[in-house]
This record gives sequence, C-alpha cells and structure tokens, in this order.
Amino acid sequence: MLINSIFFINHSGDIFLEKHWRSIVSRSVCDQFFDAQTKAATPEDVPPIITANKNYLISIYREKIYLVAVTQMEVQPLFVIEFMHRVMDTFTEYFDECTESAIKDNIIVVYQLLEEMLDNGFPLATELNILTELIKPPTIINKAVSMVTGKEGVSSVLPGSQLSNVPWRRQGVKYANNEAYFDCIEDVDAIIDANGTVVSAEIHGNINCNVHLSGMPDLSMSFINPRLLDDVSFHPCVRLKRWENEKILSFVPPDGSFVLMSYHISTQNQVAIPVYVRAMINFKDGQGKVDITVGPKQTLGKTVDNVVITVPMPKDVTGCSMTTSVGSYTFDPSSKQLRWDIGKIQPLKVPTMRGTCTAPAGSQCKDAHPTIHVDFKIMQLAVSGLKVNRLDMFNENYKPFKGVKYITKAGNFQVRT
Amino acid sequence: MAGMGAFVAQYDNNRGGPEQGPGPPGFGSNLFFKGHQTLKEQLQSMKDKEMLEAMRKIVEMVAKGQDVSDLFPDVVKAVVSKSTEVKKLVYMYLVRYAEEQQDLALLSISTFQKGLKDPNQLIRASALRVLSSIRVQMIVPIMMLAIKDSVSDLSPYVRKTAAHAIPKLFSLDPDQGEQLVDVVEKLLQDKTTLVAGSAVMAFEQLCPSRIDLIHKNYRRLCAIVADIDEWGQCAVINMLTRYARTQFLDPNKKAAEKDSDEESSEDSEDSEDDFMNSMSTGTSIDVVDPDLRLLLQACRPLLQSRNSAVVMQVAQLFYHCAPENEIVHVVKALIRLLKSKRETQVIVLTNITTMSAKYRKLFEQHMKSFFVNASDPTNVRLLKLEILTNIATETNISVLLREFQTYVYSSDKEFAAATVHAIGRCAAEISEVTDVCMHGLMNLISTKDDTVVGESVIVIKKLLQMQASDKSSIIKRMTRLLTTVTVPLARASILWLVGEYVEKVPKLAPDVLRKMAKSFAEEEDIVKLQILNLAAKAWIVNNKKITLLVPYILAQAKYDMNYDIRDRERFIRKVLCPNAENPSPLEKYAKKFFMTSKPPPNLRSTFKNRDEYQLGSLSHMLNTNAIGYQSLPTFPEDAPDATLRNVIDTSWAAQQKESRSSSASGTNHKTKGFYSSEGDSDEDDSDEEDSDSEEESDSEEESDEESDVESEDESSEEESEEEESDDDDDDSSEEESSSDEEVVKKAPPKAKTSKKSKPSETGTLLDFDFDAPSETPTDTVPSVPTPSVTLDELLGDFGGMSVDQASSGANYTLDSVRTTHELLHRMSGGGLAVDYSFPRSAASSGAVPISLIFNNTTDQQITDVKVDDIDLKGGIEFTGFDTIPLISPGQSSQIGININFNDTLQPANFTLCCSKGRFPCKIQPPVGEMLSPFVVIESDFDDMKGKLKGMHEVTGECPNPGKDFGTISQLVSETAATSICFSAEADCLKFASKTVAQEKTLLMTLNVGDVVKITVNSEAVVLGSMILKDIIKAIES
Repeated sequence: MLINSIFFINHSGDIFLEKHWRSIVSRSVCDQFFDAQTKAATPEDVPPIITANKNYLISIYREKIYLVAVTQMEVQPLFVIEFMHRVMDTFTEYFDECTESAIKDNIIVVYQLLEEMLDNGFPLATELNILTELIKPPTIINKAVSMVTGKEGVSSVLPGSQLSNVPWRRQGVKYANNEAYFDCIEDVDAIIDANGTVVSAEIHGNINCNVHLSGMPDLSMSFINPRLLDDVSFHPCVRLKRWENEKILSFVPPDGSFVLMSYHISTQNQVAIPVYVRAMINFKDGQGKVDITVGPKQTLGKTVDNVVITVPMPKDVTGCSMTTSVGSYTFDPSSKQLRWDIGKIQPLKVPTMRGTCTAPAGSQCKDAHPTIHVDFKIMQLAVSGLKVNRLDMFNENYKPFKGVKYITKAGNFQVRT
Repeated sequence: MAGMGAFVAQYDNNRGGPEQGPGPPGFGSNLFFKGHQTLKEQLQSMKDKEMLEAMRKIVEMVAKGQDVSDLFPDVVKAVVSKSTEVKKLVYMYLVRYAEEQQDLALLSISTFQKGLKDPNQLIRASALRVLSSIRVQMIVPIMMLAIKDSVSDLSPYVRKTAAHAIPKLFSLDPDQGEQLVDVVEKLLQDKTTLVAGSAVMAFEQLCPSRIDLIHKNYRRLCAIVADIDEWGQCAVINMLTRYARTQFLDPNKKAAEKDSDEESSEDSEDSEDDFMNSMSTGTSIDVVDPDLRLLLQACRPLLQSRNSAVVMQVAQLFYHCAPENEIVHVVKALIRLLKSKRETQVIVLTNITTMSAKYRKLFEQHMKSFFVNASDPTNVRLLKLEILTNIATETNISVLLREFQTYVYSSDKEFAAATVHAIGRCAAEISEVTDVCMHGLMNLISTKDDTVVGESVIVIKKLLQMQASDKSSIIKRMTRLLTTVTVPLARASILWLVGEYVEKVPKLAPDVLRKMAKSFAEEEDIVKLQILNLAAKAWIVNNKKITLLVPYILAQAKYDMNYDIRDRERFIRKVLCPNAENPSPLEKYAKKFFMTSKPPPNLRSTFKNRDEYQLGSLSHMLNTNAIGYQSLPTFPEDAPDATLRNVIDTSWAAQQKESRSSSASGTNHKTKGFYSSEGDSDEDDSDEEDSDSEEESDSEEESDEESDVESEDESSEEESEEEESDDDDDDSSEEESSSDEEVVKKAPPKAKTSKKSKPSETGTLLDFDFDAPSETPTDTVPSVPTPSVTLDELLGDFGGMSVDQASSGANYTLDSVRTTHELLHRMSGGGLAVDYSFPRSAASSGAVPISLIFNNTTDQQITDVKVDDIDLKGGIEFTGFDTIPLISPGQSSQIGININFNDTLQPANFTLCCSKGRFPCKIQPPVGEMLSPFVVIESDFDDMKGKLKGMHEVTGECPNPGKDFGTISQLVSETAATSICFSAEADCLKFASKTVAQEKTLLMTLNVGDVVKITVNSEAVVLGSMILKDIIKAIES
C-alpha cells in the first residue's frame, strides 16, 4: 500500500521533480526505468511495472510525462497507478493542463498538493474539492488577491467537507448563476473486416458534468431507457442503492467538473455503426494501389463531422500520390502515415480517395495488410440511444439552468484490409 | 551548528571555481552560494513575507532534488512562524532533512508538541504528521505518546493521521510493535468511516497476522465498506480477503463433495467441470457461511466504483473466496476496466489471463472484447492472445481461428509468431479442429515470413508428437521446406521430426541426410546437432544406404568449432561404431539411446497456476514473491468459531444476530472444555482453562456467554455435590480455574445467590446481554460508576454510528446508571427493592430488553421471587422471567426480561410474588427506550425526512442554556436510543431511530444555535411528539 517516492520524468529522461514520503530514495533507482524507456519503441510500450533491485517501479505515461512511483514492498499495482492518474487529474484541474512546464511553473503548489495527497505513502486527501480549499489553485484572481492582501494560498483550517459524509463537495458554495451541464459522450470502438462485416463493436460512454450550483443541491437524473446501462461505474457521490432499485441517478454533486458515470455497452449488444469504409490496398511489384470510400450509415439524420482516415503504410513505402474527391491528404514519410482529412461528410458527395504509393522493388510489402484507423464525431447523437429523461433538483430553492449535450465519437475504430 | 551550515556553503564555494561548469542544474556555484546567503538573511528577518519567499525557493530546490541541507539551522528557527504556509513549507523541509541532521531536528520537536495541543484540528493533525515523519530514534517515546493521545482525539481527521503515523513509528523502531498493536486495536473499533480505512492500513503494515483483532470488527467493516473512501476500500477488502480465507470453509469444496463423491483428485479440470455444473444448475444449495455472504454482498456494489483498484480488489475477493458460480459477477466490470488507462489495461489483462486459465467459461461470452486492436502495444496483444486461447471452445473456435488468421499477417512479428503458437494450442486442446489447424499451419509454412514459418514448424512438430495419426505425408511436405526455411529452430525441428519418425519415412531420411551433409558446415549449432541425431537414428534403422554418408557427417562434426557438437560426435561414434572393427558394448543399446518414445509436449497456458499469487497483487504481476508479499492462506479444514464475530448492541448487527443466535447456541465445545478440567486437577489444564475463561470474559458476545452460563450452571451443581463429599482439594483447583469460581470461595453465600439467579437468565440471554455486570466479580449492582468515559470519547463515537455501549464496560455502567428507574420501593416491597434499567442491547424482535435489579435490604432471605398476574393490554408481551429461588440478605440479583410494548405507551402491569408477599408493579418505559438506533447516511436521512412531512412532522424549540454541540448530542442520545447521522450541515444534528416493535422510522433534526429548534419526523406520530417533549426537557434541564 505504500508509495515511497514519486519521480516526475520528462520525455528526454530528466527527473524534474521528486517527492519522498518515507526515507529518501536515491535517484539512481530510475536507471532501470531509463533502460526500459530506451528499449521501448514508443513511450506507451514502457512496461508499467519494473523491478529494480529491492525496489519496484510503477510508472504511468501521460501528457508526455512519466510518473514513476517507487515502492519497496508488495503493493496493489492498480492502486498506485490509479493514484498517480488522480494526481495528474488534480494537476490538470489546478493548472488547466498538466505539462512539464505547468508543473515547473507551479512547483510549490505541486509540492504542497503531493504532501496533502499522500501521508506516509498512503492517500490522505484526494478529493479535488477538499484540496482546492486547503491549497488555493493559482488562478490569476487568487494570485492578485494574495499580492494585494498578502493572504496565503494555504488554508489554516480543515475543510469542513473532509469530515462530512459528502467529502467530495465543498461547503458554502455560492453562485450568482446556477448552472449544471451534462455532456454525454460516447466512444465507439469497432473492428471491421475487409469485407465490411463488423467483427466487434462496443461503446464506452461517460457523462461528464460541470456543475455550478449554490448550497447543497441534491440532484436526481433519470433516463428514458436505463436498461441499456448494465455495466456502469459511478462517481462516489451517486447513491448505489437508488440506482439498483429505481435506476435513477441520485447524487449531491461535487462543485465543478467531474465524471458522473461511465458505462460500457459490450460486444454482445447490437451496436450501430455510424460510418462505413470500403478500402482496397494492394501491393504489386513495388507499387501499391489504394482505393478508399467513406460514407454515413445509421446516423439518424445527423451529420458526421471531423472525419479523418489514417493508414499506416508498410515501412518500405516511400511516397504516395492520391486524388481525393473531398478533403485533402498528407503523407508523413517518417512515420509512414497516410492521413486523409475529410471533415464533414456531405450527404450527396461520397468521399473517395484513389491513388498509388511507391515502394522500392523487392520490398516485402506484398503481405502487408495495414489497418485503417477512422476518426469522426457526431454532435447531438448518442449512438447507444441513451437519453436523459429529466433532471430534478431538491434541497435548494432556486431554479438552475440545466443543459444536456450528446456527442458520439470514434474511439478505436478500425477497418482491416 | 550554524557554523557548520556556513562551512558547507563555504565548501561549495571552494569547489566551484570559475573554470568549472555549472554545478547543480540552474545554479552556477557562486550563484548557488550567494543564493543561499540571501535565503539565510530572508529567513532570519522573521518577516512573514520574506520568510515565505525564502521557504518557497528552498522547497523548490528540494523538489528538484538539490541539496539544501546547509540551510537546516535557519529553517528550523522558522518553524515558529505564525504563517500557515511558511509552517507547512518548513515541515516539508524538516521531514526531508531531519534524518541527516538529527540533533538540530530535535530543536523543532517542542513546536510540534505544542501543536499537538492546538485547538485547531488541522494543526494538531499536521503536527502529528510531521512529528511522526521525522525519522530520529531519540523521539520514539514522544511519538508513541503523541500517537496514543491522538487516537482518542475528538477529530476523526486527527485519528486518521494517527493511524498513518503508526507504521511510521513501527518502521523507525520495531520494538514498539506490541504497544502499537493495542493502539491499532483501538483504532479498528473507531466508528467513523474516515478512520476505518487508515486503521486497516495500519493493521496491515503492523500486524497482519493478528486476525483475532478483526473478529469483533468484521461485520461492522462489512457494513461500512461502501462508505469508506476508495483507497481505504482497497485496504479493507484486501485484509478481509485474507480474513475470509482463514475463517470460513471453502465455499466450493462442499459443493464439490456433494456433486461428485467419486472424484478423488482435486484437479483443475475437475473444478472446471464443477464450475460448468454449477453454472448450468444455477445456484445450488447455499453452503456459504452467512458471514462470508455478508462480505460478498457488501463488496459487490463496489464493482461499480470509478476506481479501478477497488474493482480489482472486489474481483480478486470473488475469485479467491466466492463460490465458483458467483465469480461471473465480476466479469463485466473487469472488461469495463479494459477501456480505461493503458497501464490499467495491462494489469487487468494479466489478471484476466490468470482467471481465464482456470475458468474458461467465465469470459467466453466476452470473447470479442479481447480481439486485438491495431493500436495495442505488443504486451497487450500477447496477453489478449493468451486469453483468447484460454477461452477457446468447440463453439467459438471457428470465429477465433478466423480472427487468428488476420493476426498471423500482422507486421508485429513477435505477435504473429505467438499467434501461430496459439493456433497450435487450440489444435491440441480441441480435438475437433486439430485437422483444420494442422492444415492452416501447413499453409502458413509456405508463406514468406521466416518467423511465422519457423514457429509453424515448431508447433506442427509438437502437434505431431501428440497425435497418433498418419504423419508421413506431413513430414514429406515439411522436408521440402528445408530448402527454403532459414529459421534455425524450424530447420532443427524438421530434422528432428524426420529422425523421430524415421521408421515411417524410410526412404526420405537418407535423402534428407544427404542434403544436410552438404550444407553441414553452414548450419547453426542446433541444426548441426539435429543432423547428427538424424544420422544416428537413420543408421540404427537402416544403415545400408548411408554407410559412407554418416562417417562423412561425423567427420565434419569432429572438427567443428563447438565442443557440444564434437562431444555429440564422439558419443555417436562410440555407440554406433561405424568402423565395426571392435564392436562397442553400447551398440546393442543404441536403439534405446536414440529411439525411445517421448512424452508429448505440454501446450498449456503459462498462466496456469499463477493464481497461487493473490490476484491484483504486485507479486502476481511479476510472478515472483515481491518483498513483503503474504501468500493467501488456504481455506481451513474446519471452520473456526463463528461466534467470535458476534458483537453486542450494534444496531446493524441486530438482525444478523437474530438468525445466528439459534445456530450459535449449538456450539458448546467450550462447555466441554470446562467439564474436562473439572475432573482432573492438572496444573497445566487448569491454567489453560484460566486463560480460556478470561478470553471469554473479554469477548462480549451472547452465545458464548450463554454456553458459559450453562457450564457454570452445571458446574455449580456438580460442585455443590462435590463440596459435600470432599472440600479442600477441589476448592483450591477451583480457585485457579476461573475468576467466577474465585467468588464462590471467598463469599459462599453471595455466590449462592448468583448461582441461583443465573439459571433463570439462560432463557433470555440468547437475545441480550448483561455481560459487564455479570462479569464483575462482586456480582452486585454496579452502584459506583467508574467515570473513565470522557466526553471526548463519547463524542468521538458520534462520528457516524450509534453510541456503542458495549465497547467498554465502563461505558455500559454509565448508561445503566443513567437510566435506572424504580419499580418497587423497599418500603412498599417489604424490604425487597426492585429497580429497572434499559441496557439498550439488541433484543429479540420487537421487544425492549429490561434489566431488573433485585435488592434484598432485609436481614432475612427472600425466596421464590416470581411473576404472577401479568396484566397486559394492547398486545404487550412479557417474556423471560424465571423464578429466582433465593436472595440472601444484603445481596442483590440481576435479571433480564424482554417486554414487547408494541409501540404503545401502555404500561406493563404485573405482580411480583416472593416470600415477603405480593406486590403489584408496573413498568412504563420512557419513549426514548422504545426506540432502537437506526444507522443511516445523511442523504437517505434527508430522503426519508422528505417523505415524512405534514402530519408526521412535529416541531418545537427551546432556548439553549449555553450548551454546546457535543453536550446536546449526548443529551439526545441519553434520552432516546438513537444513532447519530453525521451531517454536512453546520450546527445541525441528525438522529435516526426505529421503533422497537413496528420498526417505524423516527428522525430527529436539531438546529443548534441560541435557540435549539427540534424537528421530529415519524410515522409513529404520538411517539414523535412525546420524544420532542422529552428532548426539550433534557436540554432545558
């Protein structure tokens, strides 16, 4: 259960921040990590768990930063990983981004946050609402206030929510405009065969909220078709009992933005595939023929936007020359990626891309079957069919402004050739 | 010391000459020195703003890993700063460098000691945090003291910090372990969810084997696990998993015995069958221990946690502890986790692989979720492949093979090779598709890719070994490949195949050998060895055609660079003797040497049996024992005593007990133990008994108590018989055997009373408990309360659950004294005085437990005390009163009864009869006693309150006579048996109860200010208004 130290390492392998919660661990433990890093082809390939002598290094990679946790004994790896992601989430909320420069600019706040979040290697306060009360986020207003009044960014009293039974909610919240926004975002993951049959398709959805409501509002959200949701995970604020019995999301929301619910609609269900892609990629004697057509399908009348097709070409390919009916294409000779930006798909104009790509003679392209990656976005549609029925607020008297938005996106949407 | 700091700075200065490059990143050495100088000045200025600026710079350097230890003396002084931020920064610095500068660090200790007494809980907590983080041996006693104090702090936050401090102290000084265990024990009993997780964490660090500390807390932990913070949940579930493995019987074992008596071996195959059986028959007879069931039920909703670590913990709990047909519940949640972060995916997949190796049906339906994406990194692909292979069955194999086909052509060669291997495994395991797979593999051989071809050959070789069918055609095809395949292992495999089945392809072998002899010099070592083997085998079978070929090959091998090959050559030459001049004695064994039949290879998942490591653990990921890993214990053969987990008087456990008490009464092995010591006066035995009885008296639970009473009861009878026959010897042994017995000897008349009174209790003790008073050796009414319960402790209990009177005997006394009422005055009772009190212990359904205390104030014996003429109206039921045969002069006797008032305010009228006459009595309980605490979280409280408006709501207010929050909450819980519901609102107290008989909800809300506003919402309207009056009265008094 114990995290000894965390090292923040940037892309080029510099440790730019270190924090220890128990005895000091020398930086040299990271050597093993650097070895693995240089061995890995991409940063994602670095194994999350590395053994280094008597230490175990558990790392995550996010925003071009590695966080390497050092632990010296048995631990649940997911525990550490989840915690480090929580750290990064917190930083993102504090500084709007969680890049190396953002961390370096706010190193004191970062250090104070880390101190509050872990005590002796065990998480202490990880709720954002509590942390923001303890340590003020370095917003411009807060900075200005502290410049003028000389007030500090650190609270000297314990946030009340720490002891309440809704630790995720700040107390004494007041807004002039009370608003609550809910974004229902669905990612479609699909694998489609060369002949167009769907091998597997699943939907992963999140309901992201941005809630600015005064006082202690108690919200309840119901869905038109809750039966869709048989595999869900919730923010701790959701009352599980109520969901189990009535399929109603009842919760006292945290203040600010948070993920209320994630759900997963698995491969066993019928998943609507919003676009079709027909692709032919053949290699013959150093010449490759490419012919790709994209079109909408099962979109319930909504336009498919931001369509991008990416084809990872075999390593030997040196160049591509294409003609496209819609959009433009680029070929990156270093990463061997052929990228076709289509944008919006107009109903009457079917986007096609045809052309050839060249590879030196005798290359091994013949057996190559590149998998095409498709990206798209459909506004105002939840492809699973999920719909919020109503949202009620109890416990407060004002009338909040409520908004629900639906977006369907491509997750891992792949077409095999 | 300040001088030393300066010296360090000086040293830095000298080292960094102008010609030297920048030393620590960002600082030229001179600048470094100057920077420190300004920092020192700023620190010494004692102005908050300057100090803050300096400290920020210093901590920034600490964060970057630069050495700023030379500033220690100056920083230590800054610890007294008023500014919170400066203080916190100083703390961080101190913790970082205290170990290196122990003497100087001691200077700061007094500040923290002061901080520990601060009225601000945050300051108390951070003082404790820093104090315990300073790794200096000298302050171990101070830390110990601080931890002990903080454990009973008013603020749960401070108590949580104390829990975190325990492992710190333990790692600094392991000798403190024993003392700390006591502290942990106390923390484990803490009622607030905030503390629970950290307390369990401390337990895990300090004394994970002290399972005995958990018994009493087990059910409570199960009940609150959903409310603990997510990190605490991980620790709690992990600990409870181990607990479950030591305390409950294997839920699968019994089922297995029932299903298949004949099956002797507990193979993994068998368990798979069982699994399928149980899947098909649905839930068979439930053999799961109710307590294990409680745990599983409590944890199952947590599969919906957003925290992947929690989900994983629940999954491993089900995997290791649940009946096999229930493991399926975790599947969906695990698959959902696959969509989260990349790192999570790798770990979850590894765990799924292990699970699927044991239970292939589990993930079968979700096969498509494991199909490989083009964007997956190699390690993820390999894991997915492993899972797909594990879950392959006759039904899904066709889909799977089609999928594998696309993988084979992947540009990721390692993955493609692994796919070929996977196809081989499917072919081996599913006989229906063996031929199809073989055919597919043969096709793969003709592709151009070396890795795939190589792997295919190897797999085919293994498959052929396992199959009995005709191999010659396949081997023929394979030998053709020798001209094209370049992968050494594949070539070696082909040669090995030819050699192994040389009898089946007698014509082919010499030809192959001829070809290989030509290219011998260019081959890799492993191919060369196989050529030699082939030569030997071909020679043994038929040496006519190759009389020249084999010596030629051997000659080449003789001068090879590799000694292994030369060795092999020498060996073969000796055995075969192709020279035939002096026949070797080994020759006749040649066939045995080279042509033995070999067992078919094992194409099994490497993840098989990996579940010996606890899923979700680091060790499981690494597949080795990580430091500090505790292997999961195996289920015990016989279930340990389940009654150990019984706890009295926690409202949530009341229902549990209902069901348990009947079954628990069956366990009377302790009674037996008591008996056996009765007979022989062996020293050791009696000692053992002594400790045993002590344990029993420690463990406050009713069924043990019951058996205890029974045994005492019987033993006392026996004893009295024995007393008549012989006195001296037996008496002395008795004294050792139990404290109760001790009483017998010291005060025989007293003991008589207690003995006589006890049989009457047996009927009712099932349902409630008089532990504390009956254990007190004098056995009189505890008229002098021990005032050891401070207000702090009581308030501490208010954190989230009801006041637990059972948690300490002293607490109990306070309660019983508070609520003692008079039933019969000694004047009107002819010398017999009877008082009654409400122990508020859990009772049988609907009844209010009442404890009656009989006092004989006369100088004569009072005999035959019994109840008569019970006049009960409105459904009142009266149970549990048995005749008290004798009360000696000046003595008292206590008895418990249950009265079901049926939620009415009707008094229970009855007549007490005894040797002094008949006395009419009536018991009319205060409204507050007709309630039982009801634990509820605030949100539910508000929900229920929302439903109980209008008619059901009564309000009232009274001026606050200057009582604070804590006092008022104490007053309320004294007035009524209720449970505080911790509220997020300031100045608001919420209490929840249910009426005892009809279980109607009663909610009390108090807004404390200058005026206390009280709102009572209840379905029982009358009770509600009465309670309101009582509370107002209590507050005003």
